[in-house]
Amino acid sequence: MKKLFFICALALVIAACGGKVNSSSTETSGETGAETAGTTEQSGYDPNRGEGKFTEVKLGEKLDHAMAGRGKQVADLKCTSCHKLTDEKLVGPGWAGVTSRHKAEWIMNFMTNTDVMIDKDPKVQAMLEICMVRMPNQSLTDENARDILEYLRQNDGVK
Amino acid sequence: MRKFLYSVYSFASVLMLMNFSGCKPKSAGDATGSDAAGKVYVAPGKYDEMYNFVSGGFSGQVSVYGIPSGRLLRVIPVFSVDPEKGWGYSEETKPMLNTSHGEVPWGDQHHLDLSQTNGEIDGRWLFANENNTPRVARIDLKTFRTAEIIEIPNSAGNHSSPFITENTEYVVAGTRFSVPLDNENGDVPISSYKKNFKGTLSFISVAPKDGEMKLAFQLLLPGMNFDLSHSGKGPSGGWFFFSCYNSEQAHTLLEVNASKRDKDYILAVNWKKAEEYVRQGKGKKVKANYTHNKYSESTHNATSTNEKETIVLDVKDFPDLVYMIPCPKSPHGCDVDPTGEYIVGSGKLAALIPVFSFSKIQKAIANKTYDGSYGGIPVLKYEAALYGEVKKPGLGPLHTEFDGKGNAYTTFFISSEIVKWSIKDLKILDRQPTYYSPGHLTIAGGNTKKPYGKYLIAYNKITKDRFLPTGPELAQSAQLFDISGDKMKLLLDYPTIGEPHYAQMAPADLIAKNSQKIFKLEENKNPYVTMGEKNSKVVREGNKVHVYMTAMRSHFSPDNIEGIQVGDEVYFHVTNLEQDWDVPHGFGVKGNLNAELLVMPGETSTLKWVPKKTGIFPFYCTDFCSALHQEMQGYVRVSPKGSNVPLSFSLGKNSEAAEEALKK
Repeated sequence: MKKLFFICALALVIAACGGKVNSSSTETSGETGAETAGTTEQSGYDPNRGEGKFTEVKLGEKLDHAMAGRGKQVADLKCTSCHKLTDEKLVGPGWAGVTSRHKAEWIMNFMTNTDVMIDKDPKVQAMLEICMVRMPNQSLTDENARDILEYLRQNDGVK
Repeated sequence: MRKFLYSVYSFASVLMLMNFSGCKPKSAGDATGSDAAGKVYVAPGKYDEMYNFVSGGFSGQVSVYGIPSGRLLRVIPVFSVDPEKGWGYSEETKPMLNTSHGEVPWGDQHHLDLSQTNGEIDGRWLFANENNTPRVARIDLKTFRTAEIIEIPNSAGNHSSPFITENTEYVVAGTRFSVPLDNENGDVPISSYKKNFKGTLSFISVAPKDGEMKLAFQLLLPGMNFDLSHSGKGPSGGWFFFSCYNSEQAHTLLEVNASKRDKDYILAVNWKKAEEYVRQGKGKKVKANYTHNKYSESTHNATSTNEKETIVLDVKDFPDLVYMIPCPKSPHGCDVDPTGEYIVGSGKLAALIPVFSFSKIQKAIANKTYDGSYGGIPVLKYEAALYGEVKKPGLGPLHTEFDGKGNAYTTFFISSEIVKWSIKDLKILDRQPTYYSPGHLTIAGGNTKKPYGKYLIAYNKITKDRFLPTGPELAQSAQLFDISGDKMKLLLDYPTIGEPHYAQMAPADLIAKNSQKIFKLEENKNPYVTMGEKNSKVVREGNKVHVYMTAMRSHFSPDNIEGIQVGDEVYFHVTNLEQDWDVPHGFGVKGNLNAELLVMPGETSTLKWVPKKTGIFPFYCTDFCSALHQEMQGYVRVSPKGSNVPLSFSLGKNSEAAEEALKK
């Protein structure tokens, strides 16, 4: 029962797979999406940073290759069954461009504080209406999340 | 809500008075106080105060209830296959049900004991016994799964088990049936019982760190029936007490022939001394054949090992090891109070409860105040060991537990009641009817040094009239009493699975805080794990095909498999890539004779499938996992034996063979 409750709506995110998805339910989901966004605006919720333990993530100008390498390993184990590296949606949105669409803090908070962000973040909720699967919390450590972020940057062309 | 519950309760009470006033006991309807509903009501989203672990009797399993609500939280598979959890169906768990007789798919689980440190419940492990094919199991309370099962040789009807010492040094397993030893010729006349049949008490050591069990030694005793036991504690901590019946050594119509003598015995065992003798090498190594099964949480695999030997101490050769205490009449329960000084015997055919004193027993041993011997074992004088008797307590006393405030509570099977009495002066303080024929009872920590004397639960054998009828078979039941005041108050009764024998109860915070939520993928050492979807593959080795498959909301990888042939042994090794609490995935394939799988987050589990026909066989997730759960599916194509369809697998694209076919 609990699981059914869990399931009755939700999706997976990180990037915007919005307009690029051919969904037969696009029209109806547009309406409910607007409603959801309207009713769940949280006072004090920062849609740029998201919610979670990361307030300031320092990014190097150049890519940290060791970090990105570790990030790839973790992502292959826990993430890439649902995310493609391109802009194509699989179960969740494709990863291409994600680091330009979202701030580093937002991405890391979402990876580690997934359920809270799914419930609060307007962009995540809009994404949920499209993907229809709630992104699982994959029990990433802080280090895992940072490594994956570096891998996402690599994917977005940071050298 | 509360008001509603109250009115349901009072309505039920009125019904009981109207319809069942003829039932015994007479006060069936009005025993429940008007505040009972409020005391057992646990609001949605709130947790219960206690975990209650209840033996499942002939179901072979252990059930877990929340108290005070009486809600069933989980059934833990132990000695029987369990379709809900794939226990005994997955290749990894099959070895757990192995015995020296082969796989036993359905056992008879009787008693339970929670591990203790310094005589108090420590929340680490739960021990369970199997009666029919003698075995003892250890359940890990981090995962609520059976971690280990050890078979007991030279034993039959493993009844006085699995009771433990106050630091979980040993778990005991006393044989109910005496039998010829396994390494002797058992092809003897049954009427030669007195000569050829022996009883054994087995002491299984428990490694302090990881709980691993080992059959440390066995005591060899004269042929009779051993019934129940409890360890001493505090001053009596180095001793174990076992009730025995059939000191007549009868072998037929025991109903009559084992009830002839006025008194049987409680056997007092100095286990510290036995341990010392074994350490000195005084035990005899005897050939035996028994299995030891272990489940590893890192390889997600069970192993079954054949053990070949056991160490036996024949008590005849060690005069200071065991003593017999006469106990009226056919004693059943044998319970030690929280101070460790008082040992309560319950002669199930006696109209009194004898209470023995540990210090008097020690004095009688020192002064050799004996009343002859039995099979070479000194028998203490009854009066020399007796603290006193509870007079006219009721009919059929079975089991006693303690509230830590100086009171004892005894179940009466024949007169269907629980009687509260004072240990100090042996006076009866209260009695409450039960519905009907209670066997065991439990109080949280009621067999330890530190009882949590708030609730008492009686486990009843008969429930006719108590619930809606369900054909000839009715659920057995538990009845919850509030024992925080002077008088016991009935709060709730609820059905149980199987036949509840013993039970254990512990405050929720001792156990809940350690509960494991997932298996970490990085720590998954299953030899057939698939670490990430990219590693999923299908490998043929002769007629064996290994499918390395992953499951993630909401697809399997691969989801199209071709090139399987009729008669192949196909092993689906399914790794659940989820790392989120409470998200198992199921796996079922059409027509498989070995059922299904249920795979926990981060776990690998294997289903064996031998296709018998050609065709297309769908597989799918059997546990509703996401809005796209119905889409979590795939196909296997089975071709005739010797077919030239190449082995192929894919996800998200057609196989090359298919592309070829479509082109044509």
